[in-house]
Amino acid sequence: MPRAFTPKVVTANDLLEGDVIYQTEDDRWSRDLSDAELITDEAHAQVRLLDAARQANKIVGAYLADAVAGENGPEPTHFREDFRRTGPSNYAHGKQENSPQPRA
Amino acid sequence: MYRYSEFDTAFLAERNRQFRAQVERRIDGSLTEDEFKPLRLMNGLYLQLHAYMLRVAIPYGTLSSAQMRQLAMLAEKWDKGYGHFTTRQNIQYNWPKLKDVPDMLDALAEVGMHAIQTSGNTIRNVTADHFAGAAADEVTDPRPYAELLRQWSTDHPEFQFMPRKFKIAITGSENDRAVIKAHDIGIQLVERDGVLGARVLVGGGLGRTPMIGKEITDFVAFDDLLAYLESIVSVWNQIGRRDNKYKARIKITVHENGIETIRAKVNERFLQVRPQFKGADMNLLEEIKGHFAAPAFREGSVASFESAYTTDPVFRSWVDTNIAPHKNADHAIVTISIKKHGATPGDATAEQMRVMADLAEEFAYDELRISHEQNVILPHVHKSDLPAIHARLKEYELATANIGLISDIIACPGMDYCALATARSIPVAQQIATRFDELKLEHDIGHLKIKISGCINACGHHHVGHIGILGLDRAGVENYQITLGGDGTETAAIGDRTGPGFAYDEIVPAVERIVDTYLDQRDSDEETFIETYRRVGMAPFKAALYPEAQANAA
Repeated sequence: MPRAFTPKVVTANDLLEGDVIYQTEDDRWSRDLSDAELITDEAHAQVRLLDAARQANKIVGAYLADAVAGENGPEPTHFREDFRRTGPSNYAHGKQENSPQPRA
Repeated sequence: MYRYSEFDTAFLAERNRQFRAQVERRIDGSLTEDEFKPLRLMNGLYLQLHAYMLRVAIPYGTLSSAQMRQLAMLAEKWDKGYGHFTTRQNIQYNWPKLKDVPDMLDALAEVGMHAIQTSGNTIRNVTADHFAGAAADEVTDPRPYAELLRQWSTDHPEFQFMPRKFKIAITGSENDRAVIKAHDIGIQLVERDGVLGARVLVGGGLGRTPMIGKEITDFVAFDDLLAYLESIVSVWNQIGRRDNKYKARIKITVHENGIETIRAKVNERFLQVRPQFKGADMNLLEEIKGHFAAPAFREGSVASFESAYTTDPVFRSWVDTNIAPHKNADHAIVTISIKKHGATPGDATAEQMRVMADLAEEFAYDELRISHEQNVILPHVHKSDLPAIHARLKEYELATANIGLISDIIACPGMDYCALATARSIPVAQQIATRFDELKLEHDIGHLKIKISGCINACGHHHVGHIGILGLDRAGVENYQITLGGDGTETAAIGDRTGPGFAYDEIVPAVERIVDTYLDQRDSDEETFIETYRRVGMAPFKAALYPEAQANAA
């Protein structure tokens, strides 16, 4: 039996800044995971990934990352995505510089 | 110190001009990422977890004060005020913006530095003994030869699209401080009957399949060395496996074919290659040697050093751990620890870089070195200057007396920065250092090398750590495997796995149990961790790490 589809967000890095970005429902790119479109349908996920891949002059390396619905929008399920939405743990650099997102 | 010729300068300017145009074409959409990626990697530019990362080569680990100041300038102007020194004598900037990178490369070129071949399937930055030219135990300074290798390998037309990356390390000493046995090619300069030459090792490497390098020849005279090395790379370039990335490194080629077969093929190839080398390389080497002439070591009394050593216990402790013997008896080699307890191993702020540059200019004949152990070295210091250097280092949190001790940890960037990582390394290193500093046990424990990698690629050299730690992702959770008994020196060995791994919050207590076991088992204060491990074996450590398994077996 194929594995059940788990919810996803489309994420990538910004071409110029290199930082982590997320695709929103209204086709913008947000720096904040909580703004991302949480995709619960597999076919729709593939379409949205293709939408992202077409924006090669703005973004790099789009992929689907697992996420779950949280109180304020999508939240990561894996620690790698938790780091990507926050920043490194040895300095308060990256996204946490501007908007603190305490790690669980 | 090597000074760029007109050719070097023009070559670099042209490469930087090309890359600037490539970046522009990527930004205006003329190049796709698939087209741009190999171009940016050729110039040391990665895209990591949170940002781009620029990896700059520090050839054979040698820097002038002007170069170090320029590295500080880059950190301040285009990064977040610091840089990260790596296990391959590079410096990495973790936060550059794409459009700034061409300016960064131009700024590096102003001081004769570049990021060429710090990535990709090419011959990477040639690393060397960080005590080269200063060590008391050296046959000859390996850096002129390393510079010849840099020039030979840079843009070498035959070696731009190899099966995989290729790493060369070189030393002039029997005591291996350059981990030559864990490199694709390891070179040890030796003298035989008055002729300088090299013993050559091949097929070492860490990563997924760790291997200790095997001797392919015990002696090649200098005249033939470059042709011989070209023959090795050429044979591998031809028969190395391109079908499987994980089997592409020369260590697998040597392992699968056997060292005898490889030696025979290299000797055969050498007959073809040798006539192409008509002595121009030796003329160039002679010229390069002139750039590396030893400074005129100053003479003077060392009485002030001896009196400070007697009266100042903090200074004495620093001298005992951070100073190594110099070939000139009145001089010393200073290792500056950039691993203050709790700090990120290998990171230096722009201010610290400038302080170290100032010290080099003022006291150390304008030379600095970067070690593969992620520290900075002043290779030539008159002993009478040591108290003043120590005083200045203290002001900038650079006087930690921990070289070779438990907190002198190698750690790769791990999941805090690296896109390939499977777990974090830096916070594990920070916590181990902090914990043993609190216990005030560090000097009692003595010589002990901990090396931490955040993935199987082993940038943190965990296989050759006395205690090696490998961070993995086990079902979505960080998990750390431990190896014991690894050794990165002339007695190189791959560590043995202790057993099942430990969770993130269990790894520091596990290291503590290992160290307690060592303190309990050692037969005297003089017996080091690695000696004890070799004498008593894995069993007592395993018993301490896995008490439940022992209880169940009983």
